[in-house]
Amino acid sequence: MVSSVVPSLVITELCKDLGPVPALNNRMLRVLESVSLKAYPGQVTTLLGSNGAGKSTTLACAQGLLRPEGGSVELLGQDPFGDHPALRSRVGVMLQDGGLPPSMRPVPLLRHVASLYQRTYDIDALIERLELDSFGSRTIRRLSGGQKQRVALALALAGDPDVLFLDEPSAGLDPQSRQVVFDLIAELRDAGKAIILTTHLMDDAQRLSDYVYIIDKGRTVAAGTVAELTSLATSEHESRPVLFGAAPGLVLPTAPAGLSLQETSAGEYRLNGVSTPEHLLWLSQWLAESGVMPSHLSLQARSLEDVFMEFAHKEETA
Amino acid sequence: MSQSTLTSNAVGPVKRILIQGKYETKVMLSNGEQLVLAVVLPVIALLALTVTNLLDGVADRAVDAAVPGVLALCVISTAFTGQGIGTGFDRRYGVLRMFSTTPLGRAGLIFGKILAVLAVLVIQVVLISVVGVLLGWHPNLVGIVPAAVQLLLGAGCFTSLGLLIAGTVRPEATLAITNLAWVLLAGAGGVLFPLSMAPEWIQPTLNALPSAALGDSLRQSLIDGRFSLAGMIILIIWTAVSAVAATRLFKWN
Repeated sequence: MVSSVVPSLVITELCKDLGPVPALNNRMLRVLESVSLKAYPGQVTTLLGSNGAGKSTTLACAQGLLRPEGGSVELLGQDPFGDHPALRSRVGVMLQDGGLPPSMRPVPLLRHVASLYQRTYDIDALIERLELDSFGSRTIRRLSGGQKQRVALALALAGDPDVLFLDEPSAGLDPQSRQVVFDLIAELRDAGKAIILTTHLMDDAQRLSDYVYIIDKGRTVAAGTVAELTSLATSEHESRPVLFGAAPGLVLPTAPAGLSLQETSAGEYRLNGVSTPEHLLWLSQWLAESGVMPSHLSLQARSLEDVFMEFAHKEETA
Repeated sequence: MSQSTLTSNAVGPVKRILIQGKYETKVMLSNGEQLVLAVVLPVIALLALTVTNLLDGVADRAVDAAVPGVLALCVISTAFTGQGIGTGFDRRYGVLRMFSTTPLGRAGLIFGKILAVLAVLVIQVVLISVVGVLLGWHPNLVGIVPAAVQLLLGAGCFTSLGLLIAGTVRPEATLAITNLAWVLLAGAGGVLFPLSMAPEWIQPTLNALPSAALGDSLRQSLIDGRFSLAGMIILIIWTAVSAVAATRLFKWN
C-alpha cells in the first residue's frame, strides 16, 4: 500500500441505521456497525461482501447521499454531506439501480449530464467504447439490464471524475461487455483515478482489485491486497488439493488422516485434504521413496473466495 | 472538518439550473399524458365553457368568465399534477438520486423542475390567451400584471404541494391523488367555476383552498381589474406551509 500518497477517501468507523423496518416492529436496523477503509488514487479499491453486507450503504454514506449515525467520511479532503457542487463535480457515481430516467434515450441523456461539467471525459469516445450508439433510438425503458449498466457507467464517467464509485459494475453484463468495462476500469486506474467498487463476485474482485476490504454484517473484517489476503495463514479447517502428473496407476500407501488420492484422468492426480506443511513433506517423501518425479506439481492457489468463506465462517462460529 | 478548497469542474450554478430546466421542460413536453393534461384538456375546458351557459352572470361574455379559470387550471395541471407525477416516478426509478450525485445536487434539481414548470406555464398561458382572443376574449388590462403575479405565486404554491405529495407517498398514490385532486378542484374547488356558485354553507371551507384563491383572484383581476389581497394571502400561506413541509418530509429514495 502506497502510504506517501494522500488517500482520496477515508472512512472511519462508519455506523448507519436504516429503517424503520416493519418486520422489526418498526425499529431501526443497524446496517453498518463499523466500517473503516481508505482508497487511493491510481488504485481499484474493492468492497467485497455478500448481498446485504452493507457495501451499498457504505458507498451511499461516502457519497454524502446518506448521513451516518457515527464515524466520519472524508472525500477528497472534504466532508461530503451538505450541498457541495465543487466536490460533486470531481466525483463520479454509478448507482446499483442505475437511476436512469426510463423515457430518455441514452446518448442525449449522457450529453445532458456532461453539459453540467466544464471538463468532460471524451464523450464521443465513451459512446463508441461502450457502444451506446448501438441502442439506436431506443429509450432506456427498452434496454436490457446490461445495456443500462453501460449507460450508468458512462454517466458516472461523464465529468472525468477524480474519484469513481461503482456499485456492482459487472451486474447483468454479458462476457463481452464485462471485458470492455473491466478494460475501461483498468485504464482509468492507470490514469490515476481512485476507483471504489463493490462486488459480491470473487472473480471480479480478484481480477480488478489493488486492495480489497471484506465486509461482513456491516463490519470490515479483513483488508489487504489480493496477494496479502490469499497468503494469510491458513486455518486448520482449510484444505486445498495438490495437483500433479505422473505415470498412471499410482496407489496411495497408508497416508496421514484426511489425505486421499484421486486419479482425475490417466496420469493426472489430485491429492485432497492438504492443509499443513507436514502434508507437503509427507507427499515429497512418498514421491521420493517411490522414485516418482512428477511431470508437474502445484498446490492449488488459495482464492479470495477461500479467504472470504473463512472470515464468514469465523463470524458464524464466533 | 477543515474544508480545503477544491477546484470545481462544474459549470456555474445559474448555468446548471438553466441546463436542467431546459432538460426537464423537454421531458415534460415529450410526455403524451402530460401534454393532454397541460394543453388538450385546458383548451377543451375553454371551448366548453365558452359555448355553454355554465358561467352565465360571471362576466359579460362567457369567454371572459372562462379564461381566468382555465389559466388557473393550467397552473394545477403543470405545477401540481404533471410535475408531481413526474417527480414521484423519478424518485421510484432513482433518477433523483442519480442527478443529486452530479454537480446539480438536490437544490439544482428542484430549481430545474421549478424552471420547467414556469416554461411550460408560459407556453400554456400564451396558447390559452391566443385561443381566448380568437374566441373574443377581452381581458381587463388593469388586471394583467396582478394576474401574472398570481399565476407565478400559484405555480410556486402548487409546485410545493406536488413535491410534498411526490416526496412522501408511492408514485402510484401520487398519480391517483394528483389526478383526482385535479378533477375535484377543477369542478368544485373554485378553479373553473367561481365559489359564489357553490352552496353558501360550504363557501368558507372552499375559500381556504389554494385552488379557489388562485381561480377567484384571477377572475377578479382579469374580469373586474380588482386585486384580491385575501386570495394573495391564502396563496402565500399555502406556499409557505407546503414548501416547509416538502423540504422537511421529502424522501429522496
